[in-house]
Order: sequence, then C-alpha cells, then structure tokens
Amino acid sequence: MITLVKRPMPSRMWSVTTPIIAVIATMIAGGILFAALGKDPVAAIRTIFWDPLFGPNAGYFRGQLLVKAGPLILIASGLAVGFRAGIWNIGAEGQYIIGAICGAGVALAVFPAESALLFPAMVVAGGIGGLVWAMIPALLKNRFGVSEILVSLMLVYVAQNLLAYMAFGPMKNPQGFGFPGSRNLQQYPSAHNPELIAGTGMHWGVVAALLAVIGTYVLMHRHIAGFRIRVAGEAPKAARFAGVVPARLVVACLGLSGALAGLAGLFEVAGPSGQITDAFNAGYGFTAIIVAFLGRLHPIGILLAGLLMALTYIGGDMAQLMLQLPAAAIQVFQGMLLFFLLGFDLLTNYRIRFGGAPA
Amino acid sequence: MILGGIDIVVLIATLMAASTPVLLAATGELVAEKAGVLNLGVEGMMIMGAVGGFAAAVATGSPVLGFLGGALAGAAMALIFAFLTQVLLSNQVATGLALTLFGLGLSALIGKGFEGVRPPPTPKLPFGPLAEIPVAGRILFSHDWMVYASLALVAATWWFLRHSRAGLILRAVGENHDAAHALGYRVVAVRVTALAFGGALAGLGGAYLSLVRVPQWTEGMTAGAGWIALAIVVFASWRPERVLLGAYLFGGITAIQLQMQAAGYKIPVHLLTMAPYVVTIVALVLITALHRRGAQAAPAALGRSFHAST
Repeated sequence: MITLVKRPMPSRMWSVTTPIIAVIATMIAGGILFAALGKDPVAAIRTIFWDPLFGPNAGYFRGQLLVKAGPLILIASGLAVGFRAGIWNIGAEGQYIIGAICGAGVALAVFPAESALLFPAMVVAGGIGGLVWAMIPALLKNRFGVSEILVSLMLVYVAQNLLAYMAFGPMKNPQGFGFPGSRNLQQYPSAHNPELIAGTGMHWGVVAALLAVIGTYVLMHRHIAGFRIRVAGEAPKAARFAGVVPARLVVACLGLSGALAGLAGLFEVAGPSGQITDAFNAGYGFTAIIVAFLGRLHPIGILLAGLLMALTYIGGDMAQLMLQLPAAAIQVFQGMLLFFLLGFDLLTNYRIRFGGAPA
Repeated sequence: MILGGIDIVVLIATLMAASTPVLLAATGELVAEKAGVLNLGVEGMMIMGAVGGFAAAVATGSPVLGFLGGALAGAAMALIFAFLTQVLLSNQVATGLALTLFGLGLSALIGKGFEGVRPPPTPKLPFGPLAEIPVAGRILFSHDWMVYASLALVAATWWFLRHSRAGLILRAVGENHDAAHALGYRVVAVRVTALAFGGALAGLGGAYLSLVRVPQWTEGMTAGAGWIALAIVVFASWRPERVLLGAYLFGGITAIQLQMQAAGYKIPVHLLTMAPYVVTIVALVLITALHRRGAQAAPAALGRSFHAST
C-alpha cells in the first residue's frame, strides 16, 4: 500500500530535481513517440537536443537560440509573477500580438521618416499595447468578478482576428503588389530591431529578456512587494490581513505580464519577423506558460527553461528538415514535458510512504 | 421570412447545428465542474475528439463508429487529466492548460494523413411529412441524429444532477469533498468518472465539428470552441438548462455572422469572425453583473485538490 504524506514545507531538493527528471522522462517518452512514427529515436533526440549546439552547423543555430529564447523568457518572467499570486493570465499570446500591432503601427504611421526616437517610441507603444490588452481581463475581474482565465484567453482569438484584419486591411503594404502583410520593418532603418552582435542572435528583445529576469528576481526575492505577491498566492486570507489589496494585485500582475508580452511582440515584429502578417504569432505566448512552470516560476529557472525550450524549437525545425519529423511532433513533445513536470511535482509537496499510513 | 438579407428560418435551423459542438462540450464540462474539478483542457479534448472521430469514421466508413471513436478519444484525454490531478494531485489550472497544448499538438500529428479526405456523410433523420411543415418543419425536423442526441443528453444530465441519487452524491463531492469523504463516498472515483464523462462529451462535440459541421479535418479546427464551452458553463451558473440557452445564444451569433458573410455585408470578414468571442466576453460580464452571485453559484470545492489525510 502506497500512501502520500504532505510535507510541512515543499522539498527544496525535489523542487530543483523534478524539472530535470521531467526533461529526461520526456526524452524517453518522446523517443517512444518518434519510434512509433517510424523514426530512429536516438537520432531524433540527438538532432533536437545535441546537433543545434554541437553539431556540424551549430554556429548558425546557436544564434537562433537567443532569437527564440528571448520572447519566451520575456513573456514567462511576467507570467510567473502572476502565477505566483494565483492570477492566471493565459492570454499572453493576444497581448504579444497587440504589442506587435501597436509598435509596428507607430512605425508604419510615420514611414518613411527617419529618427533616432522612432524605435524607443515603438517600444513604448508595444509595451502599452500589451498592457492595455491585459487590463481588459484585469478590470473585468475587479469590477464584475469575471474569470481572468476565460477573458484573457478569449481575447487571444479577438487579437488573432484583429491581426489578420490589419494584415489584409489597414496595415497592408501599399507597394506589396496586393500581397497581404505590412511593409518590412527590417528595411526601415529607424524602426529595425537589428542583431546587436553579428552571429549571436542578440537583439534588443534579448536584452529586455535579461533585464526582465533581473528585474523580476529583485522584485520577487529582494523586495517586500514580491513577498506580498507570494503570500497572496499561497495564503490569500493571511495576505488580506497583511494589507494586500487583491484588486491592486490583479492590476499589477496582469499589467506587468501584459506589458512584457507586448514588448516581446514588438521586438519580434521589428526584428526577426519584420512584418505584420496574419501568421505572425508563433505560439510563444502559450509556450511561455510551459517555460514559466518548467522554470519553477523562478527567474533563474525561467532563464534556463527558456533556453531549453528554444532548443526544442530549433531542434524540432532541424528534425523536420533532416528526419521528416512532422512539425506537430515537437508541440506534442512540449505538452508531454509539462505533463511530466506537473506529475513529478508530487514529490516536491508530498512524501511517499510504502506500507500503510504512518502511526 | 427575410430580414436584412438573412432568412430567419434558415438562421434558426443553422443555429441548432452550429451550437451542437459547444453544447455537448459545455454539458460534459458542467458535470465535471459539478463534481468539483475544473478541467481547462476542453479545447484539447475536443480537438482530439475531432481527429479521433474523423479517423474512426474514415477507417470504418461509419459515422456512428466515428462518433464513438471521438467520444473515446476525448475520454482518454480526460483520463490523463484525471490521473495527474486526482492521483498525482497536480494543479488543475496548469494541468488543464497542458492538456490543451498536448491535444492541439497530438491531433495535428495524427491528422496529417487525413487532410483533404471527406468523411462518410451523416444522414439527416427522415421525418417524412413532418419536415414539409412550413417554418417549424425546417427548424425542428431537418437535422441529423446528433442534434437530437445532444438535446437528449442535456435533458438526461439535468435529470441526473437534479433527481438521481448518484447525481446528489456527485454534487456533494463537488461542494465539500471532505464531508463527502467522511460519509464514505469515494471522492476520487466519482471525480474520475465525471471527468471521463466530460471528456467523452467534449470528444463527441469535436467529432460533430469534423464529421458534420465542416465536414473535414483541418489543424486547430476547434478554434476556441472548447474555451467558449468553459465560458458557457460559467454563463449558465452551472445549470444544464441554462447551458442549452448559452450554447444556442453562442450558436446564434456564429450563425448570424456566417449568414452576414454570405449575404455580402460590407464588414471585413475578420471582424465578423471576431464576434462570437467578443459576445462571449460581454455575456460573461452581463451575467455576473446581473446577479452578483456568480461566485456562489460555483461548486464550493471547484478546483481544489482532494487528499485524504487520514
């Protein structure tokens, strides 16, 4: 007979090891999946996890790593703060899209004027766009008690349709020969978010992601506000006695995560992606949720988890190219990772006893 | 009867078919939430039902077996969720999200070979002369059997929750799992069963999308229907008869915007497609604002893990 005994405190040791166990378990389960698809599992795992870093063309892929990890880390840092407080913003994908539309909108409105102030203005517009979009669920929750989970998620679909409308309508490139999609911001020097150091993939979004990691670390672990946020999540009643106002917390958490997601969208549209198209969003807003959990909602963990998740994206692309592994396989892989992580988390909060309940 | 270029009778008839997927999924989720489990993976279960049902129907040539396959696929997904949240006591919100992300990926993987394939047709029920009645015949007697089955399922769910002993136990588990446990009811078993039922209905809803509504398999074809089903449960204040109302309201919006697209209104198509999601948000706000008891209407133990300490 196996019984579970709740630990008085979550185990620190297991809290660090479960993500690693989960990654290994996912590799094994993923290998089985790849074998079921008729691919060599060892080759597939090597292509995804090893070749982008140390394989023959690693030089190119290492740069891509930061390009993919940047938005994931930036979004996940913000989400983790809210998740700690028990505020579930799962509409980061929508805030990311709106940030991109607002930021690109500023650039397209003044095209072709050149100014050193343009890019900073775009950054501000992108952040505000994401913030405003996240304020919708925040205000509806505070004013009417509507679930922020459902509203933020619904708004993803609204944002997606708005994006398509922009790409086919108001933002369509007048010199684009009728093709949908905006002007390419990569060819607009003042608006372009360039690679800062050639070959590294480092752009302003990656810088922002690192700043977000440092900022949220200071906020959550070195500042009284972070302590209040964590108490609000773990013991809402105690938090209220300690003077935490739930409504303000909702606005702060959704605002922060929305602004960071909006920034991520802006840096993407001005940099690696270059233009507003109806297929501009690549699911970073959803994958960032996995990153936040895989990183144990801790800034440093998120940094590592973001890099790992970026690796699976690049490795997935490679496996698609070289092993004809379907693109969706990597999505399954990421979903499984979250399953294993949540499942193994049992070990952090509970002790397993064999042979009946303790005396 | 034509109003602003839209035939009202056709509109109501399409509304019933358009609502069926969310109606099924919302009814299933209602039962799971009544047992105290918040499963945010409806979208993932629905899309697995869509691909599973499609695959089963194409392989066997029988739409009935297709629907069965869809229900099984949805239930299998729900059991993954049940294992994680009920046995391994994982966070329900996070696990539900994982289920959705996993389902979207896995369905795309399975569905690769089915793109562009046509499923065997699901025939409309032959009502004979009844279908010839003007207006009422077109609205009431022009559907396939799943539309009527979904209505019967709502009625059965209403009866089960309201009038059966098992339904009472299920509600007790959802309101206060510690008390139910103390009375000797098996909390985890009740919840796992409720989840499996919810998953099966979500799968049926998904299969209805791919086998009847569209009818085709395309990646990500549920397009948020699962999330709308979740919203409808809240909108309905956890009551089956109101789920029916909510689903038909949502189906009505979908049907109107489709008819408006067809009638050639000068509104960009993307703004029309946005309408159901905006309306869902507005409906959620209105219902919670109207009777400030939305929170009390929710089962008291909703979303909380159960761990028998003794």
